[in-house]
Amino acid sequence: MIRTLLLSLLCLGLAGPARAGLNVFATLPEWGALARVIGGDAVTVFVATHARQDPHHIEARPSLIARARQADLVVANGAELEIGWLPAVLSAAGNRAIQPGLPGYFEAATQVALLEVPVRVDRADGDVHPAGNPHIGLDPRLLLTVGAALQARMAALDPAQAAVYDANWSAFRTRWQAAIDRWQARAAPLRGQAIVVHHTAYPYFTHWLGLTRAGTLEPKPGVAPGSAHLAALRDALAGQRVLAIVRPPYAPEGPGQWLAEHSNIPLLRLPVSVEQSADEAGLTAWFDGMIDALLATQG
Amino acid sequence: MVFKRLPSAPVALALALAASPAFSASDAELDELRAQVRALRDSYEARLAELESRLARQTAPAPAAAAAAAPVADGPRGFNPEVSLTLQGQYRRMKDIDERHISGFVGPAEHDDHDHDHGGERGFSLDHTELVLAANIDSHYRGLVNFGIADGEVEVEEAWFQTTGLGHGLTLRGGRFLSSIGYLNAQHAHAWDFADAPLMYTALFGEHGNYGNDGLQLKWVLPTDLFAEVGVEIGRGAKFPGTDRDVNGIGSSAIFAHLGGDVGTSHSWRAGLSYLNARAADRHAHFEDVGDEEVTGEFTGRSRLWIADAVWKWAPDGNSGVRALTLQAEFFQRREDGDLSCEGEAGSACAVAVDSDYRTRQRGWYAQAVYKFHPQWRVGLRHDRLDPGTRDYGDNNANIAREDHTPKRNSVMVDWSPSEFSRLRLQLARDQSMAGETDNQLWLQYVMSLGAHGAHSF
Repeated sequence: MIRTLLLSLLCLGLAGPARAGLNVFATLPEWGALARVIGGDAVTVFVATHARQDPHHIEARPSLIARARQADLVVANGAELEIGWLPAVLSAAGNRAIQPGLPGYFEAATQVALLEVPVRVDRADGDVHPAGNPHIGLDPRLLLTVGAALQARMAALDPAQAAVYDANWSAFRTRWQAAIDRWQARAAPLRGQAIVVHHTAYPYFTHWLGLTRAGTLEPKPGVAPGSAHLAALRDALAGQRVLAIVRPPYAPEGPGQWLAEHSNIPLLRLPVSVEQSADEAGLTAWFDGMIDALLATQG
Repeated sequence: MVFKRLPSAPVALALALAASPAFSASDAELDELRAQVRALRDSYEARLAELESRLARQTAPAPAAAAAAAPVADGPRGFNPEVSLTLQGQYRRMKDIDERHISGFVGPAEHDDHDHDHGGERGFSLDHTELVLAANIDSHYRGLVNFGIADGEVEVEEAWFQTTGLGHGLTLRGGRFLSSIGYLNAQHAHAWDFADAPLMYTALFGEHGNYGNDGLQLKWVLPTDLFAEVGVEIGRGAKFPGTDRDVNGIGSSAIFAHLGGDVGTSHSWRAGLSYLNARAADRHAHFEDVGDEEVTGEFTGRSRLWIADAVWKWAPDGNSGVRALTLQAEFFQRREDGDLSCEGEAGSACAVAVDSDYRTRQRGWYAQAVYKFHPQWRVGLRHDRLDPGTRDYGDNNANIAREDHTPKRNSVMVDWSPSEFSRLRLQLARDQSMAGETDNQLWLQYVMSLGAHGAHSF
């Protein structure tokens, strides 16, 4: 709360009198959903990407610049996930409020401890993110951490609505915690099971549910799977009990299909971001869907 | 490596058992072993899940406090400044043509002091190596410098500061920068989709293929959902088609407007219109006289250029990681008005210097399509065509030959990018930009980048 207060003071100094109705630019649907959950009708949320797009390959499209120009708050994922496009958008938008370092720029990844922080940063290891694996949205517990910080930030930017944000957030937190408990109970049989992933996008998910990773289709992060690597993976998996091969919707289907056919391991499509509406229903459906799909492989 | 993280102990055990050639247990025994391991694991893990769930419940309300304690450092945490280096080079097969030029178009004067011939090197060659340093200078400005490094020279291609805090959609840039006119002009060679610039850009600005200026640029993004941006530039105007005139005033100025947006989730576009007004004094160029002798012409006057550009990008469902198509076209019209002074050696038509009017109206365009059909592969097609238009040299019409040739070129390329940081390209071109010459060219090019991961503009 002290932080909220300090930020409020800071923002009052920087931004002058508060206006009603924050204009939020979220880079990923899960962060857009959180902003909607917190802001309710008091905010306008624009979501820059969707789950069927590869978050590493977004273009700094003119439409994104136009939206960033009008935003009061950018909610980014961070950990370099948006490095290929967001800096270009922020630089072209001519919007002082949302520049990194100012309260109008929020990064989810800086709120939590990241997994898979590389011990060496070398491009020979593929497209590694020096800060750690950026796909934090896949652990619903981390959404609570990020959401709490985001609620504080939104309240600081828009003190007039602070009470609304706080009430919305408190109510959501209770519902979300109950949902987490429900998912954990349902997913208990998955604990200790191994999955093969297309891209290293799921460590927070596997960490949460106690799954293990038996291999990746990409030989190195961001490097497209080749036939030699797939064949080696098939051989390495022989005799292992693997629950599923998991691919994000944006990744090509071919490599996963090949491995599925040659290993008799089912191929699942697990979105690494909210696929339906970027709101609470979408967030819930996202985790429900992933756990349903994994449980279904157990027959 | 196949395994980024080692699998958990039971899986590792199973793997070790399965992989060991010395282990000769029957399938039944193996299955029994696996079942035991599974049962053991399941019972432990149910208990673990329960404990973790309880732990999570107890710690869940705390994260807000934990987050408050953590230092908030939003934004890139890389090196300061960001450093990136681009290596570019090629093998090129082309005809051996003396004084390569584009028929009917006056190019920038060759550097007389050294051979600076990027356009016509055959065989193996190295392009400029680009070194870029960029960082936020303070809370008000961002700065960038781009050095083009070649043998015996370091060219400052860009060196500018830019405001980050003007707000209201305004951005002011000062220093040396690539002008925002046209679509391709602000892109460096490493970002091009082909190994060389479109003929149009070479004809307009010389072998570098873009127009840089020392001066100021002010851009304004309108507060609309449809992307709309207008900008104005003023500067020294030393680069072709202008010349360095050593004056206190403005050497060249430009205005531009861009519109852009999305159509559905799969399409996005940008269109623009730009105008460049430059002044030249004694702009030196080579001409051929009516008797095929070389003469030199010095142009003093005004060069006015319009460029219309459009780019349309398609990616299925907006996901450009696997398949994508980019269609791009630009059209220009250049008008130059002023005086021409023709000089030549004894025996040429301009042995005695002849001064005359100079008036040209020239046009040209290119259109290209680049299709990404695989995460690592793209193919591209480009057509270039120029219209030398009307060239009226007044009294010098009698002295200077005016080639009546429509320069054109067709190029096809395929490139392979195993990662975002490396690209190998094969390009074939049928170049008919010179009257009487058909040059079938082959390029094998590499573009490699080291260091900071730069964000690319649309």
